[in-house]
Amino acid sequence: MRFRTADGGRIDRTRTLNFSFDGRALTGHPGDTLASALLANGIHLMGRSFKYHRPRGLLAAGIEEPNALVHVDRGGGRDAPNLRATQVELYEGLNATSQNRYPSLALDVGEAARLFSRFLPAGFYYKTFMWPASFWKRLYEPVIRAAAGLGRAPVLPDPDRYLHRYAHCEVLVIGAGAAGLAAARDAAVTGARVILCDEQNEMGGGLLSEPAATIDGQPAAAWVAAVLADLDSRANVTLLPRATAFGWYPDNMIGVAERVTDHLATPDARVPRERMWQIRAREVVIATGAHERPLVFPDNDRPGIMLAGAARLFLNRHGVRPGARAVIATACDSAYAAALDLHAAGVAIALIADLRANPVGPAIDAARAAGITVRTGTSITGSTGHLRVTGALIGTEWVACDCILMSGGWTPSLHMHAQSRGKLRFDAATANFLPVAMAGQRSTGACAGMFDLATILPGHAVSGIITPDGGHAGLVPGAKPKRAFVDFQNDVTAKDLLLATQEGFRSIEHVKRYTTTGMATDQGKTSNINALAIVAGELGNTIPEVGLTTYRPPYSPVTFGTIAGASRGALFDPERRAPMHDQAVALGARFEDVGPWKRAWYFPGPGEDLHAAVARECRAVRGSVGIFDASTLGKIEVVGADAAEFLNRLYTNAWTKLGVGRCRYGLMLSEAGFVMDDGVVGRIAEDRFHVTTTTGGAPRVLNHMEDYLQTEFPDLRVWLTSATEQWAVIAVQGPGARDLIAPFVEGIDLAPAAFPHMSVREGTICGVPTRLFRVSFTGELGFEINVPADFGPAVWEALMGTGVPTPYGTEAMHVLRAEKGYIIVGQETDGTVTPDDLGLSGMIAKSKKDFVGKRALRRPDLVVPNRKQLVGLLTEDPAVVLEEGAQIVADPAQPIPMRMIGHVTSSYASPTLGRSIAMALVEGGRGRMGKLLYVPMPGHTIAVRVVEPVFHDKAGARLDG
Amino acid sequence: MKFSLRTLFTQGLSGHTGWGPQWRTPEPKPEYDAIIVGGGGHGLATAYYLAAEHGVRNVAVLEKGWLGGGNTGRNTTIIRSNYLWDESAAIYEHAVKLWEGLSQELNYNVMYSPRGVMMLAHTIHDVQVFKRHVHANRLNGIDNEWLTPGEAREFCPPLNISANVRYPILGAALQRRGGTARHDAVAWGYARGASARGVDIIQNCEVTGINRDAAGAVTGVETSRGTIRSRKIGVVAAGHTSVLMGMAGVRMPLESYPLQALVSEPVKPVFPCVVMSNTIHAYISQSDKGELVIGAGTDAYTSYSQAGGLHIAAHTLDAICEMFPMFRRMRMLRNWGGIVDVTPDRSPIIGKTPVPGLFVNCGWGTGGFKATPGSGHVFAATIARDDPHPIAAPFTLERFRTGRLIDEAAAAAVAH
Amino acid sequence: MLIIPCPHCGPRPENEFRYSGEAHVVRPADPETLDDAALAELLYMRSNPKGRHAERWRHIHGCGWFFNCIRDTVTDRIERTYPAGTAP
Repeated sequence: MRFRTADGGRIDRTRTLNFSFDGRALTGHPGDTLASALLANGIHLMGRSFKYHRPRGLLAAGIEEPNALVHVDRGGGRDAPNLRATQVELYEGLNATSQNRYPSLALDVGEAARLFSRFLPAGFYYKTFMWPASFWKRLYEPVIRAAAGLGRAPVLPDPDRYLHRYAHCEVLVIGAGAAGLAAARDAAVTGARVILCDEQNEMGGGLLSEPAATIDGQPAAAWVAAVLADLDSRANVTLLPRATAFGWYPDNMIGVAERVTDHLATPDARVPRERMWQIRAREVVIATGAHERPLVFPDNDRPGIMLAGAARLFLNRHGVRPGARAVIATACDSAYAAALDLHAAGVAIALIADLRANPVGPAIDAARAAGITVRTGTSITGSTGHLRVTGALIGTEWVACDCILMSGGWTPSLHMHAQSRGKLRFDAATANFLPVAMAGQRSTGACAGMFDLATILPGHAVSGIITPDGGHAGLVPGAKPKRAFVDFQNDVTAKDLLLATQEGFRSIEHVKRYTTTGMATDQGKTSNINALAIVAGELGNTIPEVGLTTYRPPYSPVTFGTIAGASRGALFDPERRAPMHDQAVALGARFEDVGPWKRAWYFPGPGEDLHAAVARECRAVRGSVGIFDASTLGKIEVVGADAAEFLNRLYTNAWTKLGVGRCRYGLMLSEAGFVMDDGVVGRIAEDRFHVTTTTGGAPRVLNHMEDYLQTEFPDLRVWLTSATEQWAVIAVQGPGARDLIAPFVEGIDLAPAAFPHMSVREGTICGVPTRLFRVSFTGELGFEINVPADFGPAVWEALMGTGVPTPYGTEAMHVLRAEKGYIIVGQETDGTVTPDDLGLSGMIAKSKKDFVGKRALRRPDLVVPNRKQLVGLLTEDPAVVLEEGAQIVADPAQPIPMRMIGHVTSSYASPTLGRSIAMALVEGGRGRMGKLLYVPMPGHTIAVRVVEPVFHDKAGARLDG
Repeated sequence: MKFSLRTLFTQGLSGHTGWGPQWRTPEPKPEYDAIIVGGGGHGLATAYYLAAEHGVRNVAVLEKGWLGGGNTGRNTTIIRSNYLWDESAAIYEHAVKLWEGLSQELNYNVMYSPRGVMMLAHTIHDVQVFKRHVHANRLNGIDNEWLTPGEAREFCPPLNISANVRYPILGAALQRRGGTARHDAVAWGYARGASARGVDIIQNCEVTGINRDAAGAVTGVETSRGTIRSRKIGVVAAGHTSVLMGMAGVRMPLESYPLQALVSEPVKPVFPCVVMSNTIHAYISQSDKGELVIGAGTDAYTSYSQAGGLHIAAHTLDAICEMFPMFRRMRMLRNWGGIVDVTPDRSPIIGKTPVPGLFVNCGWGTGGFKATPGSGHVFAATIARDDPHPIAAPFTLERFRTGRLIDEAAAAAVAH
Repeated sequence: MLIIPCPHCGPRPENEFRYSGEAHVVRPADPETLDDAALAELLYMRSNPKGRHAERWRHIHGCGWFFNCIRDTVTDRIERTYPAGTAP
């Protein structure tokens, strides 16, 4: 028999598309899905189930399909697993393969699991595989993992692009069936901004598979086309087909995933593959329809057994017959519509077995009038066949067939409503949960329990459509629970659910987790109500007493890349580059990541490694002059009549007496008394301070300052401005520093007496305005040249143009400051360190009544004598460089676990001293001067001697050059 | 009935009709020797060890919803013990040692899988911090080793160790005994074990008040199922701790934040271990079922809504896709939130409170699952003896007064 | 992503703001008078209610002001916002 009908449907029979499935060359037409095209080729076997590897065909025709999951490969990393054949639109050259089978779909060794299925009930893995303990990881788990999983993850990087769109509207309508179209049109005519999204390729929903239906006298499809044309013509309406509303987030933000190119044979490279919309809507109209329920009976999962509505959709939309001879098993009138349409299309209807004792209505009458056998009060209780169903057990009679079309009625799609935290009520008459509208959203159509088109479209004349009355949830009467599948993909049977309740799992959430029902990739769209009914029946409870499991986003799986959007590569986390970045690149710098910044780490000369380059850079600073891009340091301009008082309260030290033109090193604490940041502060004017912070601390410090200024000290007249990006900072350090800059500086007396260490002057350099600081983080004579950021490169190049300075990077900077014992916040400190721990208690102004963190320093644990204190360490073997982070013990002979008394915070080979140096935090460290301590390393122990944490020029004589 | 291959086989032959309830569902008694408020993993473990190790069997576990319905069933199941400070390392290592024999102890396969937890270092600062951990762990007898980028990729082939990415991998700290376990099974296994030893597990029972006598000591609780008396009450309620402790007038240094996680659709084995990156905020593993399990961040604000913003998941997935661009076409199957109770120093609070007879175990923040057995074990000892277990002793509420914090956040901190 | 009504700028998306913890935690004019318990209360103890919560936000990518907000921590719905330094 030809499965493709001669005419009808919404496919383009004039064009033929070639595609392949498991390597087999096949054809279909535009308008086909992979599922309909396979059916048209007589192929029902499309997948294997998760646990028992049972042969499976299509259950459904849309997003709820649990069985027919395929891998689609476009080549070059454009391949994706677990796509539903019912949602894959056919295009020329489509290449799909089946999953979870070996060696082939028809002959799958995994099917052997069926032989053991009686020993593999729900939760079997919790009960065994425990002996011996090590075998779980080595044997059992690898076997289980290999058997589990569905498709294969891609192995190549995905070359496609994904984008985000943000949109605002008055009304967002989710679902473009009759109810959604009507809601969108009603909103559109008011002039409101309307967005209508629908997850299918074509808008119209169920009306597209109702060829006999008419609305106001015209065919339903024509009504759909007219409404869409009207909406499309309005500037205030946006239509989004192939766009699945997947998540509801606070304040009516709806996540929508739009599939842009997957249906195209040759996608435009300029277009993203998918697009995530984040739509903020004043009102959301949920019109997401309903999903048909399968009947639960033994072997209800064989290929050829599908939902009646799905069969009808394939026939009416795609012109495909599901088989030659169908058994219809139902508890709902809608299956009669399928029977009638298929009958008219030449499919033999063996019989309709209706669970209901006495169904009445036009659908039943029409079936009988068409000569179809209808047996009422009749259950289907089994099926036979292997790779395709060959018979149905109706009562006690086996009826030959090649497809079984079933309907347990329709379940409103409540996902979006429930995600919005909307309440549900249980409607006993239809045994359905229904949504209760709330502010900002409402449901309409089948998802609100409105199944009658006349109710959905009040004021319109409708005809030719059968309303789906009736339904059944749970095991079919008279059927056994064994192999009666509820969750098809996860292979959960009615028996599994009964076992779970028998074992005391009474909460539906427990049943779900114990059996995994509803946890497959279809998220339980076809299974939840059947599972609930079975559990409720067994517990003797009503369905609402048992309750639903939580609906979680997404409604349907969403591509990772779509959610990530354009945030990749350079846009993943944009680099911050210092003003002289390009100069550093030209000088061959290697860079390190410091927070978001790229900082020049070292400048290797020919053949130099890190060690050699750093040694050379350090010698240059100590011997002549080095030049360093310090622009990443945070800079905050603190201005106002009370600026000094503000700094008094934010820093440990006193600021009132700092003269204009002078600088001071400031230490900032958290309110808990721990060192939070540090930096040099220069007083530019009575009411103006130039504050510097650590590179990583700048945003935190500014926020901290604003917080106190706005909320604790709002009486202070102070304004704070971030100036980090405004200034380029060039540090010039070394005995030759003054001579280097002197020719370029105007308006500043550089003489030592006129411009002493820890001062700041304003003038010009290279003709551009500068705030010139005389400060040193190396222990040498030093200047930090602040110029407006855009002038930084020119000044840098002018200085470099002399041929005198040696550029140095952050690594040399670290070595040079460590030789002087200068701390780095974040390296010597870790958020648990007080000023006294660092030997900086002298920086705490005794005169001040209060500053942030002062009170906390008196807490009992912050004044114990044995706190970890900053010390220097010298290895007994000067050639040995300690590892940063290495732990320190007093007694190296003790067994593990050892008592650790501290750790190495900084450690370098010092080119200046010709030996290694280190800084460390050690318990009672200042009381251990001269003592030997030990650093146990794997396989050996390093002896170290505790020294003052200043290794070079203790007197500070070199600061003046 | 004992769980074993033999019982599974014989039950298979007889249609599995012999399996009884895994735990009893009794009505609450008027009085217990101890009440545990909170039927998550930590609370059930506490009850189990009270009964199994301290002979305190007249115990009730009161759960307002269903067992394991809070963070126990909402986390990404990562287990490791390579914490920095001695106090933290001790309690998490205590837990790992219990994990190693837990399936056998409970006769319930909790699927503890020591597949290795690898923490990636992307900056020199990361390297310094992780090496500090590695050295401290080694001297504490806890496995944690430093890997070069090449060694890291050998252990986890999907890693991209190219230098030409935004945040190159400079190395990694690997704890081979770290791994994952099946979260629900932990709750169920402890419930079954506790119930078999006499503990009453009472679900759908919300505590609405804590009763105290004239001296201030606890005398019992008010619940949605009536008054239940006890002189010892252990609150193990994670995100809801502040609310419960407030019933006894105890203020807590806690804030409850939504923490999101997500899984992909299941695929065949592709990811062999657990990988964490603090710098780019992503962690990932693959479950036995085949789902990629991905931990996202906390939302910025305190909340009990068990939901969060899409931007949080987006920020996590862009990091995952950046590290593993081959997963970009994988699809997110489920995304959910838990409520984590966070302390100022990111370390838990375990022990006695100012109220006689009232004990608390909370503040596990984003990392509580891994501690479940150890937490329950030391808390049970603390309740049974009315004296802190030595491993629990540093984790007092008092430390926030003295300043003796155990600051794991600072230890992993970002600065400079 | 929440919509937060900044008292100065009007409703804006959450990613323009920075959450800043519980509101009305008062730092005394002279913290030296606090005993250790009172200091712990200031530094660490938080009400963390399930329901109405007075909290601070800063419109950091906007006007820059800190302000107070009453939000229900169960529904995440914001009841109102008001300037820092004013009573709820």
